[in-house]
Amino acid sequence: MDYLLDPFQYSFMVRAMIVSVLVGVMCPLLGAYVITRGRAFMGDALAHSVLPGMVVAFLLGISPFFAAVPAGIVIALLMGAVSRRTGISEDTSIGIIFAGMFALGLVMLSRATGINVDIEDLLLGQVLGVSQTDVFVSLGLTAVVLAGLYGFHRQLVYTTFDEVGASVVGIKTSLVEYVLLALLALVIVIGIQAAGIVLVMAMLITPAATAYLLARRFVEVMVIGALVGATSAVSGLYLSYYADLPSGPAMALVATMLFAAAAVAKRGRMARRAI
Amino acid sequence: MRDTAEPGIVCEGLCVVRGGHTALTDVSFSVGPGTLTGVLGPNGAGKSTLFGAIAGTLPVAQGSVKLLGAATERGALAYVPQRDSINWAFPATVMDVVTMGRTWRLGLFRQPGRRDRDTVRTCLERVGLWEQRSALVTELSGGQRQRVFIARALAQEACCVLLDEAFSGVDVGAQEGIVEVLQTLRDEGKIVLLATHDLTNLSQRFDRVLCINHHVCAYGPPNEAFTTEVLEELYGSHGIEFAPNHFTTDVGAS
Repeated sequence: MDYLLDPFQYSFMVRAMIVSVLVGVMCPLLGAYVITRGRAFMGDALAHSVLPGMVVAFLLGISPFFAAVPAGIVIALLMGAVSRRTGISEDTSIGIIFAGMFALGLVMLSRATGINVDIEDLLLGQVLGVSQTDVFVSLGLTAVVLAGLYGFHRQLVYTTFDEVGASVVGIKTSLVEYVLLALLALVIVIGIQAAGIVLVMAMLITPAATAYLLARRFVEVMVIGALVGATSAVSGLYLSYYADLPSGPAMALVATMLFAAAAVAKRGRMARRAI
Repeated sequence: MRDTAEPGIVCEGLCVVRGGHTALTDVSFSVGPGTLTGVLGPNGAGKSTLFGAIAGTLPVAQGSVKLLGAATERGALAYVPQRDSINWAFPATVMDVVTMGRTWRLGLFRQPGRRDRDTVRTCLERVGLWEQRSALVTELSGGQRQRVFIARALAQEACCVLLDEAFSGVDVGAQEGIVEVLQTLRDEGKIVLLATHDLTNLSQRFDRVLCINHHVCAYGPPNEAFTTEVLEELYGSHGIEFAPNHFTTDVGAS
């Protein structure tokens, strides 16, 4: 028991735990839509594209949230608009914006002087370093995302399953798409704290994919995904504390191992059924 | 206040352009309440485009589509999509899909209540799928899937139902079942339009057929519309081979 409680004598661990649980729960809730809509590349691109916004925040000496959140939403909307309004295929336009924005962020970071940011923490996450403000902003953003998911649940479900049918009954499918992208941007910004720009994907899609293997219904994918995500994030945090591992990769590895276990279990079950 | 006037769909000189090509040109026809109309034509003839124009999801280049009476109401049109336009990766149960029919009534932030659940149950019972309510739609046969979507249209309380390629992936026996359900909707005064590229004996069960191949080749009762010329225009020489054996002599027999 002491083993579990010991880390919490430090306030930074308490803050890290709160953010880890939020990330673990929230990422798969959006991840469930990302994997069933086949938008994993969009999620990855979105995570990389908020880098310039975060660098601007560091330069201004404010919490990266205040720049990353609007940057994420603008980029999400931009990606949606570019693919809708040009003849270029969606994954191509996402790739262009993704690479361009990430490069811009790296150039800004290399040129920026007087800021104390470890690029590795940005890319791979460092949940042990979150401030009290970060915790409060994460809680606020979580509330916004939960409200958005609840309010638009039926519209999101309808458009994900049958976009044409949804538009015939008068659901504004592009509005629903933009809402989803905006919520995704918010969740990615929360997730970057724990898993970093590169590994936030592991929290966004891996637990949701694990749940997809285990669940029957979509809502079950969300709930099981949130449980798997929280387990991955919290276990990763303990691993990080006791084995002195970087938190983001630790969480990502736990999530990947849980996925592998679920995949093996599912194959075994299917093989038994086939006999 | 809901418009209680009888529903109708009127197309006049309708032209629709898709991707720089004229998909439909000068399409004129009208359907009234209590009709089961088959929209027949080969693949790529513009059947889905016609439905898109009626549903307002595709822009009309020329001419007009007018919805009349109850058909102008929100949620009045229900669409049973082609198999390919559904995202089958989404894990939805029969119940989930039929409940989608209540979405436009619920709006944001409201979840289905008792009345919605009762409606969903009634609709599923009508198409004979209440027992399968917890099954995933992907576990059902083609015919059962179509009946799930018809139940969704019922749950929506739509007065016009558009079924796109309703018979693809559905065996002949199940096609019969679908037509029977659609005939009950017709008898309740609904407008039912069913698009199919399959020229089967079931075509004789429609009240009217609209034969299209980018333009209207014929419109009327099946035994009048299926002339040798029309079938040739629709399906080339294969259509003519079909005509004498399959239709002209079959009329009245089925």
